[in-house]
Amino acid sequence: MRTLRIVTVCGMGFGTSLMLKIAVEGILRKHGIRAEVIAWDLGSVKGQPADVLVTSRDLERHLAGTPARLVLIDNLTDKAEIEQKLLPVLQALQHDGGQHGM
Amino acid sequence: MELKDILSPQLVRLGVRAGDWRQAVMEAGRLLVAGGIATPRYVEAMIRTVETLGPYMVIAPGIAMPHARPEDGVSRTGLAFIRLDVPVAFGHGANDPVDLVIPLAAVNHDAHVMAMAQLAEQLSNPETLRRVREAKTPNEAWRALTGVEEGAGRG
Repeated sequence: MRTLRIVTVCGMGFGTSLMLKIAVEGILRKHGIRAEVIAWDLGSVKGQPADVLVTSRDLERHLAGTPARLVLIDNLTDKAEIEQKLLPVLQALQHDGGQHGM
Repeated sequence: MELKDILSPQLVRLGVRAGDWRQAVMEAGRLLVAGGIATPRYVEAMIRTVETLGPYMVIAPGIAMPHARPEDGVSRTGLAFIRLDVPVAFGHGANDPVDLVIPLAAVNHDAHVMAMAQLAEQLSNPETLRRVREAKTPNEAWRALTGVEEGAGRG
């Protein structure tokens, strides 16, 4: 199975996206999920391959039309919220990946 | 680079007055300038970023972390902290109004990773937030925020 690619997105690529990246990495470790996590700014994320985009709900309109699954977070310091929203998406992707033999 | 290395107690101010979010970012940015962390141009860039991209930097209920790009006028990586007397709205759907403003200036994309991890950890702790919001002095707020306890280092 190929490695999932999770991109955390913010306006600059090193503020809130970095905070999200740290949180996402913690959640992956906790659940033993292998994935690549990258923090990117809005400008770089377009046209780049990603399975999941994790971002502030407030940036949703800037990411319209992305083929990746969007995980929208209200409180970026709330690990429980991030985990609750991200985990089902990752589990579904892992399941799909297995089914299609990717 | 730890949180306590990039946020000094001198860059913490309580009881700040701001009429709206722009003034709040200006007041917070003024500290970055005073601390030799960023230029006035950087403060304008932080405001412009909110205007163009929206208030996504309101990261949690009551907490904004305005920032702009390293090339917008950052001299060294650093943070400041202000607590507003009266909270202001940034126009964020879930996290308004904001009383804590933590402007960030970073020289590149990764030198501040550890400090950001510590900041996120601190801000996710309700007890830390309570102490920060009830602090009577900047030093008290700084200790709560950085997790540096009184008397630490004195043996």
